[in-house]
Amino acid sequence: MSDRYAKGASKYTLDRGIPGAFEGETVTRRRMMVVTAGAAGGVASAAFLLPALGFALGPVFKSTPHRWEVVGNVDMFSELTYLPVVLTVEPNIGEAGKTTVYVRKRNPAIDTDPYDQTTPFIAISSRCAHLGCPVRWVEAAERFICPCHGGVYDLLGRRVSGPPVRPLDRFFTRVTGNNVELGPRYSVNSLLRRFSPRNPGEPLDGIGQYAYPSRPGAKI
Amino acid sequence: MPKLPAPPVPKALREAPPRPDEVVKTKPVEHAQEGGASVVGWVDERTSLSGGLRWMLFRKVPKGTNWFYTFGSATMFVFLSQAVTGVFLAMYYRPDPAGGAYESIRYVTNDVFLGQFVRGMHKWGSSVMVILIFIHMARTFFYGSYKYPRELNWVIGVALLILTMAMSFTGYLLPFDQRAYWATIVGVNINATGPLIGPYLSDFLLGGSEFNATTLSRFYAIHMMLIPGLIAALIGAHLYLVAKLGTTAPPWSKAPINEELHETVV
Repeated sequence: MSDRYAKGASKYTLDRGIPGAFEGETVTRRRMMVVTAGAAGGVASAAFLLPALGFALGPVFKSTPHRWEVVGNVDMFSELTYLPVVLTVEPNIGEAGKTTVYVRKRNPAIDTDPYDQTTPFIAISSRCAHLGCPVRWVEAAERFICPCHGGVYDLLGRRVSGPPVRPLDRFFTRVTGNNVELGPRYSVNSLLRRFSPRNPGEPLDGIGQYAYPSRPGAKI
Repeated sequence: MPKLPAPPVPKALREAPPRPDEVVKTKPVEHAQEGGASVVGWVDERTSLSGGLRWMLFRKVPKGTNWFYTFGSATMFVFLSQAVTGVFLAMYYRPDPAGGAYESIRYVTNDVFLGQFVRGMHKWGSSVMVILIFIHMARTFFYGSYKYPRELNWVIGVALLILTMAMSFTGYLLPFDQRAYWATIVGVNINATGPLIGPYLSDFLLGGSEFNATTLSRFYAIHMMLIPGLIAALIGAHLYLVAKLGTTAPPWSKAPINEELHETVV
């Protein structure tokens, strides 16, 4: 077979004196069998590898339906401070699927963002925008403080100190009857402009919003 | 070799010498030896395994070989220990995020006979394995053993290091206590901070955009099936290359070198 590529060798098997060669044949039968057997093996492997890969990668491209959950009634919340409520992000997995959300009434004096004019309540996620540890609202300091790496946020969830790259995420709110409901999560940049939810650690200012695209699994 | 004198045995316990007219019988222990040898011979005649074993185990090693050369084997034995203890832990473990996982670990630790010991072997063994890998890597680096023709073995070693790190990451979630959960949340989010592909990588690890019902079983499958197989295969390739290329002498070795093996500088 190596003489196929030898210098000056003819491309016709007949000229190379291969037994059983016929006129015009350029591929030896041995070569034909090698390529066919290799291709058959490749097809057989792809038949189980490709579905397995798609199976493992599938959830990345699957979108999840939005859920709304009642977390309390309108009279429970004040304009001045946050009340922690428990929201189920993932049903059926118990405690691991729940998260704490800090909710207060919208205060027109401080929540001046035009988008906030339509929301009756402000719901701030306790998921730190650094690496996802749970922040807690410290009443005396009027700050959200993260226990893991020292991230500090102000009343509106904007970063004051520490490693976080953007303000705390928020949840959509609505009022049905006398109930306060929380909907899907959204992320905000340092000007509190809204974006589809991003993972913690992903900045949304400047080039960050392009370097960290929204994923199909979490789009609003 | 001169024969050592037999230890003094009381006369009553001594075996009587054979009578002149007695046929000497083969003793049971000799039968057993014969049987063992014939079984080994039967297998070897059909597999030629002994040649490969001799090639692997009775190599020539350079003068100056010392205890620092044993860290690779030590790492491999810790891996074997992790594999065996892991299999037995899997008999009790339930990857159920709604409380079953934590409960099954609590049961292994508190109620199963030797459960705490086997789980402790697996838990501490994971740290020992990482430490031994780095000592082995440092030995290879400082002795210059990564140089030609052993570069590919260094590359395989780095792949093994990364796979071991992936084992540590996926295994850390399985006890499913507060520490495991939050460490995994932070670890997944660190993966997400990579530009462009980071967000998709974290979705792939979690099996969705949030920590969900399949995340734990996903980590469990990667931890106990996908990566151990890859590690075992790569250890095989690593050992083959060690046997094929031989080990290096320490850099301070004064033993005469074979000039034929050196590249000539033109």
